[in-house]
Amino acid sequence: MPATIIEKLWDSHVVYEQPGAPALIYIDLHLIHEVTSAQAFQGLRERGLKVRCPQMTLATVDHSIPSTDRSLPIVDELGRKQIEQLDKNCREFGIRLYGIHSDRQGIVHVIGPELGLTQPGMTVVCGDSHTATHGAFGALAFGIGTSQVEYVLATQCLLQMKSKTYQVRVNGTLKKGVLAKDIILALIAKIGTGGGTGCVFEYTGPAVRALSMEERMTVCNMSIEGGARAGLVAPDDTTFQYLYGRPHAPKAAEWDAAVARWKQLPTDDGARYDHSVTIEGDKLEPMITFGTNPGMGIPISAPVPAPSQIADPDARAALEKALKYMGLEGGKPLVGHKVDVVFIGSCTNSRISDLRTAASVLKGRKVNPKVRVLVVPGSQEVKRQAAAEGLPEIFRAAGADYREPGCSMCLAMNGDMVEPGQYSVSTSNRNFEGRQGPGARTFLASPLTAAASAITGVVTDVRSML
Amino acid sequence: MKFENFESRMVPLPATNVDTDQIIPARFLKTITKDGLGANLFCDWRYDAQGKPKPDFILNQPHVQGARVLLVGDNFGCGSSREHAPWALTQFGFRAVISTSFADIFRGNSLKNGLLPVIVPPDVHAELFAAVEKEPNATVKIDLARQTLTTPAGRQIGFPVDGFSKHCLLEGVDELGYMLQHEAKIAAFEAKRTGSIDTLA
Repeated sequence: MPATIIEKLWDSHVVYEQPGAPALIYIDLHLIHEVTSAQAFQGLRERGLKVRCPQMTLATVDHSIPSTDRSLPIVDELGRKQIEQLDKNCREFGIRLYGIHSDRQGIVHVIGPELGLTQPGMTVVCGDSHTATHGAFGALAFGIGTSQVEYVLATQCLLQMKSKTYQVRVNGTLKKGVLAKDIILALIAKIGTGGGTGCVFEYTGPAVRALSMEERMTVCNMSIEGGARAGLVAPDDTTFQYLYGRPHAPKAAEWDAAVARWKQLPTDDGARYDHSVTIEGDKLEPMITFGTNPGMGIPISAPVPAPSQIADPDARAALEKALKYMGLEGGKPLVGHKVDVVFIGSCTNSRISDLRTAASVLKGRKVNPKVRVLVVPGSQEVKRQAAAEGLPEIFRAAGADYREPGCSMCLAMNGDMVEPGQYSVSTSNRNFEGRQGPGARTFLASPLTAAASAITGVVTDVRSML
Repeated sequence: MKFENFESRMVPLPATNVDTDQIIPARFLKTITKDGLGANLFCDWRYDAQGKPKPDFILNQPHVQGARVLLVGDNFGCGSSREHAPWALTQFGFRAVISTSFADIFRGNSLKNGLLPVIVPPDVHAELFAAVEKEPNATVKIDLARQTLTTPAGRQIGFPVDGFSKHCLLEGVDELGYMLQHEAKIAAFEAKRTGSIDTLA
C-alpha cells in the first residue's frame, strides 16, 4: 500500500507494538539542553540507571546563557547553577557536551543540523517543542517533556501513539520580500494554533521544494505553533548537498548507501493523508502577528482584525483580550506602528542565511536611534561564518548589538528582555504574553521585516525598501 | 500514586489557547528540581509587578482554595514542552483540567504527573462554565475507571482517555519501569539497525 514519509518513518522505528496500546519506538538522536534535563538525570540517579546510548545523545547550553562576553562569570546565580549542573550531569553519565566555552556551542536546533547529526530517516527528540526543526531533513522530530527525556536516556525509546498525517502543500513561487517565515506564519494564521493537534505535517509542493535547507528548517521549526508536534520535508538533492561533508554525515561508501536509503523515504504516489491544506505561494505577502499567539497573524498590508467583525463570542473575547494586552486597536494596519526593540535570532531565524538576509537590509543604513536592535547568531559556527563574511561589521556600523550565540530574547531567560509595554519586532517563534519579558509586546515577522523595521523605527513593509 | 475518584469545585478560567508560558513563565525554569513551582503558577496573571496577588484573578479568590479541577478554554497548554506546567498545576493542588481540547505535549506530560486532562464536547463545556458562574461552589465528580464526569446537574458525561494511560494512572504504574521490561526487544531492534551516529567520536 502506498505510504507517506510520516508512516514510513514510524514503521521503521517501531520496536514493539500491541493493538490499542502506545508503540515502543526507537530514537536515533537525543538532544539535551540545560533547562529540561536536570530533573531527568536526577531521576536516573534515584533509580540507579545509566544512559543507554550516550553515543546517540548530545548536549549543549542555549536557553539560560548570557549573550554577552563569555569570558566573564555568569551573574545570574540560578542560570549559572543550571549550566554547571548540566556540565556535572554530562560528565557523570558520559555524554558529549558542547558547553559554554566550546567552539561548537549553539542553539540545540541549529547545531544538530550543522554538525550533520540530523539525517533523513531518523527519529530525533529533545526536551524542547521546536525540535520539529530537524524535520526539514525528512526526520521524525518532536519535542518531549522531562519525564520522556529520562525515558529516552534510560531506554533510547519512547511510548507513542501514532499521529495523524497532515499535508501542507505550498504551490507557486514566493514573491520578492516573502520568505520561509511568511509561509509558516500564513499557515498558522489559516489553521490556528490548535489546527494540527494530533498530527504530523508534511510540507510539500513547488514552493517548499524551492526552499534551501535553512529555509525548510524555519518552516518546520514552527510546526508546534500550529499544534503539530512534528513537521517535515521529504529529503531531496537539496538535503543531500547540505549534508555532504558535514562532520557527522556518513563518509565514502557509507554515504552512497545512506543516500540510496534516504531516496526511499519520500511519500509514495497515491498515498493518502488524514488532512490536507493548500497555500498559494504566489499570493503570500510578508506576514506579521498582531496578537498573543502565533495564529494571530496578518499579511502586512492588512488591517488588524476588529472584534466587532467576529461573530463567535469566544473568538471575539480572545481577540479583545489580545488587543488589550498589545495596546492595539482593531481595524487599523500595523504598518507605521512604533517599535522599541528588534530581535534577530532564535532557533527559527538565527542561521547564516538569516543573518545575511538581515545584513542585506542593514548594510549602509543606520538603525533608528530609538530602537534597540539585537542580532544573536544561532551557534559558534554561524558566528564564525558571519565573521568570515564581514557581517558583524555591517550590524555594528548600522548600530545593532551583535552578540554571542543562544536563545536570548526569544524567551528572555538569560537577561535579554523587552521592557514592560515595549513593542518588539522579533524573528523568533512565540508572541505569547510575557514571552520576551513581563509585559513585553511581540510582533513576529521575518528577518527582512525585522531589519526594515529596525531602520525606520516603525513596523515596515520591507517591499518598499527592496 | 494511584489516581482515585474525587469530587471537587471548579476553578473557571475561560481564556482559549492558554500557553505554557502563562501557566509557568520561562524565568521560573532555571530550577534544577521540580519543587516550588506551584507558588508561581499563572504568575503574570496572578500577581502585579510588585508581586502582590491581584484580587480579581480567580486563583486568588478565597472560594476556589482547595479546588482540584481547573476548567479552561479550548486548546489548553499550547506552546513550550516544559513539564514544569503540569508540575506547577499539581503543586497548586489540581488533579484534573477540563477543556474541549489540549495541546499534545501538555496532555502527555500531564498524564505522566497524575493530572487528568478531561476532554468534553462544546455543549458540556459551556454548561460547566454556566453552572460555575451561577453557583461558584458547584462541583463535578470525576470517575476515571468509568471515564465519566458528573456535572453539577447530575448528568454523566463520558470522556476519552487511552487505555494505557488510564491503566498507569489507576494502578500507579511507572511508565519507565514498564519500558525497561522490554529490554530484550530493544536490544534485538538495535542489533538490526544500520548507520548510527556517534556523538562521542
